[in-house]
Amino acid sequence: MSGDRHALISRLQDACGGEHVMTESHELATYRSDGLLHYRQAPLVAALPGTAEQVRRCVAACYEAGVPWVARGAGTGLSGGALPVSDGVLIVLSRLRRIVSVDLDDARIVVEPGVTNVAVSRAVAPTHFYPPDPSSQIVCSIGGNIAENSGGAHCFKYGFTTNYVLGLEVVLTDGTMVTLDRDAPGYDLLGAFVGSEGTLGVATKIALRVIPAPEAVRTLLAFFPDTVSAGDAVTAIVDAGMVPGAIEMMDRLSIQAAEQATGAGYRLDAGAALIVELDGPHEECISGLERLTALCRSAGALDLRIAQSDAERDLIWRTRKAAFAAMGRIAPAYYVQDGVVPRTRLSEVLRRIDELASQYGLRVANVFHAGDGNLHPLVCYDSAVEGEAARAEELAGMIIRACVDAGGSITGEHGVGVDKRAYMPAMFGEADLDAFQRLRCAFDPWGLANPGKVMPTPRLCGEVPGPYRQHPLERAGLAERF
Amino acid sequence: MAATTVEPATFERAAADLAQATAAGRAVRIAGAGSKRLWGASGRQPDVELRTTALDRIVEHNSGDLTARLQAGVPLSAAQRAFASAGQMLALDPPPSPDGTEPTIGGILATGDCGPLRHRYGAPRELVLGITVALSDGTIAQAGGRVIKNVAGYDLARLFAGSFGTLGVILAVNVRLHPLHDLAFTAFGASADPSTLTAGAIALAAAPLELDALDVAWDESGGRLLARCTGAEAARRARRAASLLAGSGLSAVELLDADSELWAGQRAAQRSAHGAVVRVSSRPTSLTAVIAAARECAGTLVGRAAVGHSYVRVEPGAVTLLRDRLRDRLPAGAVATLLDAPDGLRDTLDPWDTVPGPALELARRVKARFDPAGTCNPGVFVGGI
Repeated sequence: MSGDRHALISRLQDACGGEHVMTESHELATYRSDGLLHYRQAPLVAALPGTAEQVRRCVAACYEAGVPWVARGAGTGLSGGALPVSDGVLIVLSRLRRIVSVDLDDARIVVEPGVTNVAVSRAVAPTHFYPPDPSSQIVCSIGGNIAENSGGAHCFKYGFTTNYVLGLEVVLTDGTMVTLDRDAPGYDLLGAFVGSEGTLGVATKIALRVIPAPEAVRTLLAFFPDTVSAGDAVTAIVDAGMVPGAIEMMDRLSIQAAEQATGAGYRLDAGAALIVELDGPHEECISGLERLTALCRSAGALDLRIAQSDAERDLIWRTRKAAFAAMGRIAPAYYVQDGVVPRTRLSEVLRRIDELASQYGLRVANVFHAGDGNLHPLVCYDSAVEGEAARAEELAGMIIRACVDAGGSITGEHGVGVDKRAYMPAMFGEADLDAFQRLRCAFDPWGLANPGKVMPTPRLCGEVPGPYRQHPLERAGLAERF
Repeated sequence: MAATTVEPATFERAAADLAQATAAGRAVRIAGAGSKRLWGASGRQPDVELRTTALDRIVEHNSGDLTARLQAGVPLSAAQRAFASAGQMLALDPPPSPDGTEPTIGGILATGDCGPLRHRYGAPRELVLGITVALSDGTIAQAGGRVIKNVAGYDLARLFAGSFGTLGVILAVNVRLHPLHDLAFTAFGASADPSTLTAGAIALAAAPLELDALDVAWDESGGRLLARCTGAEAARRARRAASLLAGSGLSAVELLDADSELWAGQRAAQRSAHGAVVRVSSRPTSLTAVIAAARECAGTLVGRAAVGHSYVRVEPGAVTLLRDRLRDRLPAGAVATLLDAPDGLRDTLDPWDTVPGPALELARRVKARFDPAGTCNPGVFVGGI
């Protein structure tokens, strides 16, 4: 086998240049985890191609050697989607970071996958912007956003990555390069590819739609006695037909943690904080803000603050975004969960989370995208206490089950990866999983692209009628057909 | 021989009908109300026609969540009536057929048909949160969910969207709804110069006005741009849109509040009872070239100016000439799909203008996995799929 490994490494070196292929364990250590640090696995080898053609040659080398591979962007994912496989190649896309073209008349930008999310918005500013804005947007890459169908705080109004992808250049597992265009006649293979977590191939060029930057933004911070009254305010806002750019909620524990981090003046006696941001045409923002403040008051707001400057708006958002990191101040460790519930069942599920937290003797802070019911409970624990980490993980699992029981989802934006494979059967039956597998097999019948992710148990692809295609293991002389 | 018609009223019956047809090697034509019956290639003569019209229940309308679950055979107009009573809408507005047949939800998703709301809300696939389908082996499967944010599992709703029934039968969909606004104003302006229309469309598309729709129309008398605003401040925004139209060189700029007839006209012009309709997908900046090609073929045009979609109506005999003219003028990647056409035309030319290549090969592999026996709508899709 070591001879095969050498041959593969040598082909990867031919493709990328020797200095861009990592084989030593100290070099590979960097790539053992993505943003979900408790899964660790070094790859056999890591390759850093610099062009789409080099990516294609890496994938083709894996195909011919019958070796699995995993694509990795910036490695900020929170579901272990970019976790390497021990006997496989990690293809790192960070060197593909060119902005290929910007065409504002057609509201379109073409980039390579390693370009960061925020760089896309910067490239089309100030007249336009790219709406999906995951919290990691300063470092996360567009290629990773495509794989995960990333969201962010503005999904309620603006949607997700999949709503903005116009075209993709994709390398399939057998090394074929294919262009998928949103408007091309035929199946929406592009739509199927976005959010497929690296299991259908790897994107090497990405065309995105951008939209005009909003003319005005008004940010309101409202404090409520509890999450129930804050939830009532959200209901009133939605029932009034308003579509704010963002509606974010923080509960008592996350307010306390975030306030310690930024000192923004969040009220520590409040049971919930709501950040509502209106954006759009100037006149709609002005009239909307009046309605919004009235609705929050009738729902029982203790205090309302409207950002009077960009600096004040930034501070409100910095405090919201600090909530995750700030948990470190009140707990030695935490587990971030990502579940979704129908918005109208938020209060009920939050009560259930409280019950579960008391039952497990652990604290749970809730920070969430309230407009779309996307919860991010932070389960606090101390790994120095024996068994507490395991109890936290179990509690996080119970929270996910509560979301599914309420008609929601096991993941709103972090993806399934390796972390949530086990929960897939809570949402999908055997027939559903089989249908997923049909799609995967159409793209990658050999199961070489990001194996072990998304599906709860490993599955193989059966043959379908049609022209015979040689299995890479056959080509490598490692298997024969009988 | 005429096809046998089945009209299953349950998911299980629909799945069993498909499985039986597959076991007997029969071809099944899948249809909703039949408002787009002749779109796509003629394909293999069907032995069975499976209509989803008895699957006509609005299963859930969760107004507080702005979501709904609809069986595939629900007519769009019936769904809109139900949602409007709660001040909501499903942001889809494709036209009825020329004979007035209202499309069903399943048919709209399967064909990807759109109307002017495409500008703000996207194609039907953008509004679908989850889907339930029957496959040709009798499997009933679902994907996606019922909440507006969800990334669990593969997005089979998108795969089935626009698949023309060739992967299986869409049984039900979960959709996202939007607020329905009472107040609406449309700004419109005219020009006989296609490049003025294009410049006006680009200026409006780049303006932060959050238009609901931005349409173009062209006929022998000249062209028009139409920009629609809804919401509390619709009138003020429409006035700003009107100034932009005037500033871009359009004339006879006006503002209209009773605008429903105007938009019904745009929608109706996407269809044709006797002529041919070619849907052109290109860049917004290609509008001048698309109008020029349409003129050379004595065609008329309506379209979504900022999306880059135009519906060109021509005499059936002019379709080939139109495609040639478009090919000469448009950048690579532009597509000219034949939609409405009289009997016979689709047998002499490929409605899809299929381009061979790796994407088509991949599409064939998808078909082979979902419908290996070729039961569902054989031959109607791209490349004879």
